[in-house]
Amino acid sequence: MSEQQSYAPGTHPSLPPPASTVGIVGWVRENLLSSTTNIVITILTIYFLWVIIPPSLNWLFFDAVFQGADRNECRAIMKEAGANGACWAFIGHRIELLVYGFYPEAERWRVNLSFFVMLAALVPILFDHVPHRKKALWFSLVSPVIIYVLLRGGFGLEPVPTANFGGFMLTMVVGVTGIVVSLPLGILLALGRISHLPAVRIVCVTFIEFIRGVPLITLLFVASTMLNYFLPPGTSFDLLLRVLIMVSLFAAAYLAEVVRGGLQAIPKGQQEAADAMGLKYWQSMRLIILPQALKISIPGIVNTFIGLYKDTTLVIIIGLFDLLGMGKASLADVKWQGLSTEVYVTVAVFFFISCFAMSRYSLYLEKKLHTGH
Amino acid sequence: MEATSQSTIGQKPLWYRIVNDKETRSVALQVLTLALLFGFFFYIIRNAVINLETIGKGYSFDFLWEPASYDISQRLIEYDSRSPHWRATLVGILNTLLVAVSGVIIATIVGFVMGVLRLSKNWLINKVVYCYIEYVRNVPVLLHILMVHGLIINTLPRPKNAINIDDTFFLSNRGFYVPKPLFEPAMWAVFIAFLAGIGFSWWFTRYAHKVQDATGKIYPVFWISLGAIIVFPILVYFIVGQPITLEYAELKGFNFKGGMVLRPEYLALTLALALYTAAFIAEIVRAGIQAISHGQTEAGRALGIKESRIMSLVIIPQALRVIIPPLSSQYLNLTKNSSLAIAIGYMDIVGTIGGVSLNQTGREMECMTIVLALYLSFSLLISAFMNWYNKKMKLVER
Repeated sequence: MSEQQSYAPGTHPSLPPPASTVGIVGWVRENLLSSTTNIVITILTIYFLWVIIPPSLNWLFFDAVFQGADRNECRAIMKEAGANGACWAFIGHRIELLVYGFYPEAERWRVNLSFFVMLAALVPILFDHVPHRKKALWFSLVSPVIIYVLLRGGFGLEPVPTANFGGFMLTMVVGVTGIVVSLPLGILLALGRISHLPAVRIVCVTFIEFIRGVPLITLLFVASTMLNYFLPPGTSFDLLLRVLIMVSLFAAAYLAEVVRGGLQAIPKGQQEAADAMGLKYWQSMRLIILPQALKISIPGIVNTFIGLYKDTTLVIIIGLFDLLGMGKASLADVKWQGLSTEVYVTVAVFFFISCFAMSRYSLYLEKKLHTGH
Repeated sequence: MEATSQSTIGQKPLWYRIVNDKETRSVALQVLTLALLFGFFFYIIRNAVINLETIGKGYSFDFLWEPASYDISQRLIEYDSRSPHWRATLVGILNTLLVAVSGVIIATIVGFVMGVLRLSKNWLINKVVYCYIEYVRNVPVLLHILMVHGLIINTLPRPKNAINIDDTFFLSNRGFYVPKPLFEPAMWAVFIAFLAGIGFSWWFTRYAHKVQDATGKIYPVFWISLGAIIVFPILVYFIVGQPITLEYAELKGFNFKGGMVLRPEYLALTLALALYTAAFIAEIVRAGIQAISHGQTEAGRALGIKESRIMSLVIIPQALRVIIPPLSSQYLNLTKNSSLAIAIGYMDIVGTIGGVSLNQTGREMECMTIVLALYLSFSLLISAFMNWYNKKMKLVER
C-alpha cells in the first residue's frame, strides 16, 4: 500500500484555494495591489489620507476645547496644552440662538412642540407599516395648520412676528413649506406642459423655462425689492411669506421637469387603455398614469427636494437669518471673533446629516416600489 | 324629420351636452386660462404704475448713462468710479462669464477624473472619491463658497510673507499674483499662425476621414493637429523674435504692484463652484460609462480593435450621448450659482447692477429687469448650444 492515496476519477475532494487568493491577503492583492498603477494609486491615496486625517481629527476632537467663557479662555487652555484645536465652547454658548433664532424665550416650547408634530406627521407618510395609517394620514394632512398656529400664535397663543424666526427653525420652515407646496404645484405644471390644450401648454412652458433660466437668488431679490410694487397701493406682506412663495415656485418648476420625464416614460398604451375603460381625464391620471410616472421619478423628485433644502441657505442674502445666517451673525460678537471655521463645520455637519438621510430614504423607497424582476 | 333627429341625438338637455362636450370644454378652459393670465398681468402692471407714480419714479433706463461712482477691484476692462452704470454692468457681465468659463473648465476636468476613479478597481481610491462626492453633494454651495473664502483669507500669509514661487508667482491672502504678458506688435503673426493652425486641423480632420472612408488608411490626426495648433505658433513666436515681455509683480509697501492678480474672491468662488459641480459631473460620468453594456467592449475586442481605440471609438462616443444632457444642465447650474458671488463680495452681475447700482439709484424695477434678462439669455444660449451639440452626437437611426 503506497503513501499516496488513490482516487477513482472524479472523486477527489476539492482542495482549498491557494492561501494568497482568499481572506484578507487575497482581498488586498485583488483590490489594492493588482497592477503597478494600482500600487502607485494605493500608496498615493494612503499618503494623502495620512496628511489630511490625523490633523483634522486633532483639530476636531483631541485638541479641541469644549468649555470656556470666551475666545481668550479657549486660547489660554489650548496654549497650556500646546495645541491648536477647535473652540466648541462657542457653539455651546450659541446653540439656543442657532436653533430658535430670535424666537421669544418663554415661547420656545411651541417650536419644540411643532417639531414633534412635524415628526409625528412624517412617520405615516414615510413608512408603510404604521398601525392606523389611514387615520394618521388625516393627522398629517391637518398638521401644517397646527404647526402654523403654534409658530405664529393665535387661538390664545401669543402672536410671534415672523421677523423673530431664525436659525434651524427658519431652515425647517422654509425647507418643509417649499417641499409641501411645490410637489402638487410641480405635478400640475408637468401635466399642463404635456397637455393637449395649446394655451395651457404655452403658459406652463413659459413659466417653467423662465424660472429655470434665472438663479434663485435673483428671484429672492425680486421678492425682497420689487414685489411690493405689484401689490395694490397701501398693502404689503411679510418678507418670509414672499420668500416662501418664491422658493415654492422655484422648486415647482424644477419638479415639473422631473415629473414630465416620468410622464413621458409611460407607454402610450396606458393612456389608451384608460380611455378604453371610459375613464375621464382626471380619473385616468389619478388611477393609471400618475402612480406609475411618480414612481419612476422618485430619485429626481428627492434630488430636487435636497436641492431645495440646501438652497434655503440663500435667504441670508436678502436678510433672513437661517442656520447659516445665525452662525455668521454670531461671528460678529467681539468675545468670539475669528471662529468662522467652527460655525461652518457645525452647519455643514447639520446639512450633511439631513441631506444624506433624505438620499438614503429615496434609495429605500426605490427598492420598495421596484416591481420589476 | 327635424323633430325626430333631434329626439334621437338629444337624449339629454342642451346645456348638459354643451357642458360635457370635449371641444367646448377645452376651448372654455383655454379662454379661461388666458383671461385669468391677462387679468393678472393687467392687475399687477396697473398696481406697479400707480405705485411708481405715487412715489414719483418713472420706468426708464436713463440712469445707465449716469456715473456709477463706485469702484470694482476685479475687472477685465478699463473702469473707474466715474464710468457710467452700463459700464459697471459690463464689468459685472464679464466677471460672471470669467467665473462661469473657468469654473466649467475646471469642473469638467476634475469631474471626469473623479468619475473614472469612481469606477477604478482600486478599493481605496474608489471609497475616498465616494466620500468626497457625498460630502460635497450634501452641503449647500453657499457654505462651500464661504468656507473656501474663509480658508483663503485666514490661512494664506499676508503679502509680506507671501508664498513666493521663483519670484514670478506670489500667493497671499490678497490674491494670486502672476506676471502680466505685454504684447508687442509682432504678436499678431503668432495669433494668425494659431488661427491658421486651427483652420488647417479642421480641414485635415475632414480630409483624413474622407481618405479613411475611401481607402482605409489612417492618418495620425491627433498628433498632426496638435503640431498645427500648438507647435506651429510656438515656432512662429521664436521666428519673429519672442514678442512677449512679462511684467512681474513686486512687493511695494503692504501690497504687490504690477503683474496680473486673481483676487481671493474670484479664486474662492471659482474653486468652490468648480469643486461643487465636479462632484455632480463625476456621478454623471460614472452613470454614463456604466450605462454602456460590457458587450460593446467585447464586440470591439472581437473585431480586433486595440484596447485604447475601443475606449475612444466605441465606449466614449456612446457614453457621451448619455452624459451630455445632464452635463449641460450642470453647466447651467454653475453659471446660475455664480450669482452667489454677492455673499463674498465678488462683483458679478448681481453685485454690480443688481447690488450697488440698484441701491444707489433706487431703480429696483429696471435693475432687476436687466439682471433677469441677462441670466435668461445666458441660460437660453447655453442650452441652445448644448442642444445643437447633443443633436450632432445623437444616434442616427434608420
